Amino acid sequence: MFTYYLQLGLRSLLRNPVLTLLMVITIGVGVAASMTTYAVFRATSNNPIPQKASQLFLPLIDNWGPASAAENQGEPPRAISYTDAMALMNAHRAKRQTALYPLGVSVVPSDASRLPFQVRSYAAYADTFPMFDIPFIYGGGWSAQEDNAHAAVTVIGRDLNDKLFNGINSVGREINLDGRTYRIIGVMDKWNPQPLYFDAANTGGFGDATQLFIPFTSAVDTKIATSGNNECRSNPSSGWDAWLNSDCDWIAYWVELPDAASVVTYRDYLRNYAAEQQRAGRFAWPPNVRLRNVMEWLDFLEVVPPESKISMFVAFGFLLICLVNTVGLLLAKFMRCASEVGLRRALGAQRKTIYMQFLVEAGTVGLAGGVLGLVLTGFGMLGVGLVFDPEVAQLATLDASLVALTLVVAVLATVLAAFYPTWRAAQIQPAWQLKTN
Amino acid sequence: MHQITPILAALKRHKAGTTLLALQIALTLAIICNALFIIEQRITHMSRPTGMVENNLLTIRNHWVGVTPNDVAPQIKSDLLALRQLPGVQDATQVNSFPLLDAGHSDDINLDPNSKSAVTNAAIYFVDEHAIPTMGAKLIAGRNFHSDEVRSLDPKAIQSSPQVILTKALADKLYPDGSALGKTLYVGNNVPASTVVGIVERLQIPWNGSWADNISEYTLLMPIQRTGNDGVYLIRSKPGQLPDVTKSASAALIKLSRMRVVNDNDIRTFDVVREQAYKNDRGMALLMGVICIVLLAITAAGIVGLTSFWVGQRRKQIGVRRALGATKSDILSYFLTENFLIGIGGVVVGAALAILLNLWMMSQFQMNRLSLSYVLAGMVALLLLGQGAVLSLAFRASRVSPVEAIRRLNN
Repeated sequence: MFTYYLQLGLRSLLRNPVLTLLMVITIGVGVAASMTTYAVFRATSNNPIPQKASQLFLPLIDNWGPASAAENQGEPPRAISYTDAMALMNAHRAKRQTALYPLGVSVVPSDASRLPFQVRSYAAYADTFPMFDIPFIYGGGWSAQEDNAHAAVTVIGRDLNDKLFNGINSVGREINLDGRTYRIIGVMDKWNPQPLYFDAANTGGFGDATQLFIPFTSAVDTKIATSGNNECRSNPSSGWDAWLNSDCDWIAYWVELPDAASVVTYRDYLRNYAAEQQRAGRFAWPPNVRLRNVMEWLDFLEVVPPESKISMFVAFGFLLICLVNTVGLLLAKFMRCASEVGLRRALGAQRKTIYMQFLVEAGTVGLAGGVLGLVLTGFGMLGVGLVFDPEVAQLATLDASLVALTLVVAVLATVLAAFYPTWRAAQIQPAWQLKTN
Repeated sequence: MHQITPILAALKRHKAGTTLLALQIALTLAIICNALFIIEQRITHMSRPTGMVENNLLTIRNHWVGVTPNDVAPQIKSDLLALRQLPGVQDATQVNSFPLLDAGHSDDINLDPNSKSAVTNAAIYFVDEHAIPTMGAKLIAGRNFHSDEVRSLDPKAIQSSPQVILTKALADKLYPDGSALGKTLYVGNNVPASTVVGIVERLQIPWNGSWADNISEYTLLMPIQRTGNDGVYLIRSKPGQLPDVTKSASAALIKLSRMRVVNDNDIRTFDVVREQAYKNDRGMALLMGVICIVLLAITAAGIVGLTSFWVGQRRKQIGVRRALGATKSDILSYFLTENFLIGIGGVVVGAALAILLNLWMMSQFQMNRLSLSYVLAGMVALLLLGQGAVLSLAFRASRVSPVEAIRRLNN
């Protein structure tokens, strides 16, 4: 029966090619606009570490006081100070923990004819690698031993390894950063979670893949300053040590808390720590702390560009209009077949049959619209770069799931739009139609 | 107008189609008003001046590799000497940041050293005496810095200087009576006072996100050269010589020292800086423009589709009316009036929807209140669009022959 309906549908569609084309174009354009903008939204609101997003937390401690918090809706600063990071690190209350900050170091190639270059680099603790599920092709992360020894070791990324060592196993080799040598202890496999949740405060969420890690302890020893935000309430006096001991906030601190109980415990610990600072006279205010997991943190920082949300909402409004349009056109189309329906009903066709026939016809229109929408979405992907920053634009891709979604949305939307016109067609009284003819 | 009653009666028999058309017109109006409003806002945002003379200006970001803070100052000095001697270069300066760079330094500005909360936050450019001429900023009161006032300072140390230059916007914010020149102020907490020695007409802050719109011209200049690893060279070429200078400048820097990172995308003329800084705004305006055009086309097509169905359906009635003495223009005005009535219903609902949508967007995103002139213009435009869309169909209907009245309806 289905093929028969399909035949009927196709014949009916071809009878009014202009109207059919109009519907197909309407659906295609509407679906393409919403899918293109949805692709960008999906990329920017992506969960970068789905298996662990609810176990990784970023604690924040207000070390500036209520006056400055009041300027930020009561929120503490978006990073923590060296003093607090070291206190949390020494307390070691989480399953895993790391202090982390971006480095402005440069790689100096051993080949003197090549110029130095910069890659995304971080100072971090040994726990970083198991915490963030960082994959390795050669070697692995360093251990707490290297942290404690302030060792000059490094983990490099696959792209950097390709560039410097042509992709061979470089574990044990040395690399020159700003004139200092570091021993390579591991080479990461492709690892590029987007948004860059672990450093979202500095990157705004998007950027190149990280290519280098060195121990936090070693970076502080060699006085490598952060290349990210450094926010101070009061100006520190001159010198490295004065800066470390100042109220400047520049460290992202991450903890792994595997279950709900440990989250509660850690939150208590954090509050107690701040209370203790108040008792000791370092803070002249009651505890103001936060503990957010990955998605809460990305949400708080609003890494999804407002442009992405606005354009998606406008595009879905656009799709809605396209559907209203389709309802109208289908209504016109189906009612034109009124006499045919009357005849079929008079010859014994049931209402159900009429429903099926017209819904199949609408589904065909939807599918055609979906295919057109797919082509247009492809063009839309090329145009994403015109609207969004390159880091964001490159994340929006037309993958298999989006292809499937485009077709499903097109067919479903059209069939949905066809319900009312179909119902109207099915209500046609055979006798009345036959009489007027 | 005498036709309105029969038209309304006829529309009652086409409730579904009428509602659909009106709904489509309403939704289209709601979206188009807001889209046009977004376009206007983005264009306003993009066309703000930086306060600099933007042509013949080259920017180069420079990152030192393994250079100790003590060595940075002499290196910058020799870089600047070399840059200024390049053929085609008018002036050159080293700064920490510049308008639209999207990275920089800001601090609280106080008039009272003991005050708990600042008057405002302002962007700070650390500059030498060549900055104002190189940028092309216009000094409207006081003087530029003297070369002996420029000091080298570690970026992590206290950033304060005895002399500062303000933008007019910041000066007016701090001293609304216009008397800022010669007055003192404090940049940050626990710092020595600074005296305002000059006022520039305008100099935009490095950030152009909408969050910074209300401080976009609160800028302060300090005669400090920061000895950190990162800095920017601004180079003003002689007229027409920018392409040559763009080629020769980075080569000259690399020749002086290879222990630096100057990526190709760190060497940008200011036209490129501006283009990249406002990419999102331009893209949004473009996207909204395309959506408006396609939306209008689709709505027009929808009106044509439904009306052509109605005309087809009523051939016999038209014939009867013609046979009973209705003129061609009666039929023409019937369809135009019908469309106009539906259009009125649509745009009234649409105007309400447009305002609701705008209110919702205001609550969700940083968006201003929609100006009513947009809604009115949109209403008129959609009514005209509807009339235009049915015009040819109405003409076709008016040409239906009275003979149709007695012909059997046969599609």
